[in-house]
Amino acid sequence: MGAGHHHRLYLPGDSVVHRLPPQCKLLAVLAFAVVVVATPRERFWAFAGYAVLLLAVAVVARVPPGYVARRMAIELPFVVFAFLIPIIGMGERTTVLGLSLSVPGLWAAWNILAKATLGVIASVLLAATTEPRVILIGAQRLRLPSLLVQIAMFMLRYLDVIVDEMRRMRVARESRGFAARDFRQIPVIARSAGALFIRSYERGERVHLAMLSRGYSGQMPIIQDISASARQWSAALALPAVALAVLGLAL
Amino acid sequence: MTSVHSLEVKQLAYAYPDGTQALFGVDLSIARGERVALLGPNGAGKTTLVMHLNGILTAGHGSVAVAGTPVRKDTLKEIRQRVGLVFQDPDDQLFMPTVRDDVAFGPANAGLRGEELDRVVKDALDRVGMLEAADRPPHHLSFGQRRRVAVATVLAMAPEILVLDEPSSNLDPAARRELAEILRSLEVTVLMVTHDLPYALELCERSLILSGGVIAADGPTRELLADTELLAAHRLELPYGFAIPAV
Repeated sequence: MGAGHHHRLYLPGDSVVHRLPPQCKLLAVLAFAVVVVATPRERFWAFAGYAVLLLAVAVVARVPPGYVARRMAIELPFVVFAFLIPIIGMGERTTVLGLSLSVPGLWAAWNILAKATLGVIASVLLAATTEPRVILIGAQRLRLPSLLVQIAMFMLRYLDVIVDEMRRMRVARESRGFAARDFRQIPVIARSAGALFIRSYERGERVHLAMLSRGYSGQMPIIQDISASARQWSAALALPAVALAVLGLAL
Repeated sequence: MTSVHSLEVKQLAYAYPDGTQALFGVDLSIARGERVALLGPNGAGKTTLVMHLNGILTAGHGSVAVAGTPVRKDTLKEIRQRVGLVFQDPDDQLFMPTVRDDVAFGPANAGLRGEELDRVVKDALDRVGMLEAADRPPHHLSFGQRRRVAVATVLAMAPEILVLDEPSSNLDPAARRELAEILRSLEVTVLMVTHDLPYALELCERSLILSGGVIAADGPTRELLADTELLAAHRLELPYGFAIPAV
């Protein structure tokens, strides 16, 4: 096995969660997110319940809390936005620590923060226990439009290649004395971006030729098929099912 | 003629849609099991010719036949099974997330599944010495390793003829020698497009010189490369300090 080379979101392991077929996990996370989003924001206990559920999944999957926390950085822009709402919000106001805040704004901020955080944790757990290419196999199994799956697959394969190309272009620029210091240099960067786009487009054409040469006819062949048993489905769907039960109790 | 040739090209001419004529009547045939080098300077039409061999371009005039099957719209699927094209940049050829998936792509398109597919993939990777890398993403391999995997991707389709576009480009000396050893060990017809003349001499008994869109010379590699005037007339030359070794 090719050890040591993993996607940075993936945490290699052999837990029950790791072994579940990707289509089960994908559907479970999606259903869980729907339940979370559908929960009225006043039901604090329900959100606490969901958090406990995710904690349980993390424990079973042996994903350390610090690992999840670091990868939640993606949520930061939403957090900043959420903190701004009560300050700029309208309507009835209240004073917290000397700050005049909007009450509807506070509710909206809580709503965004709670739901986004739960959704991001669920996604991070999915990514930590499922390799990206395996997630795509799951997407294929769930009959997502094959064109979308193929685009995602190529992105996964060629992102590093394109980033490399971008780095080489930057080195070439800087070797000739260019340094991006202020706005006046934007045209140079823009031209580089254009060149990168054309290079990538041409690569796309060559890749297409290579695919045609090996018998591609518009459909990705199914090379590795992962089928799921009824037990695996019920294990995965236990997460949204329990979440739904929590919601029922809280209502 | 008694036996069927692996590749038979007759009077092939082609002009690009913009009117540039690239091929002016190419004639060549390659017997089964032969390893032939196609030499020529940049712009001689080598790549255009290669694109005709598996029907990516279709002949403007003349014909191409692989193991007796003419390259036509209705035979494309079969032709692409039989002609294994190895592109110059392995990043163009290796488009799947892992080495294993990539090697499986061709045979899976041909309908292989399950254990049989697995066996074909393992066998192809084994023949290029890359079996251990099966589960790695292509991006994490060295350039030489990627080129070897690219060869495996077409070997897995059990082609009648292997067509390599500049196989030695960008390889360091050791990777170049390793690839040569692999190519020599394969029992398959090979057409190697290159301007690396020593590599042609090392691997191919026979060479063709494509120049100005026609086959300008066809003969034993050793004799062609010894003919300095012939080489010079077609913008080919041996590297500095290189002499054709005595037999």
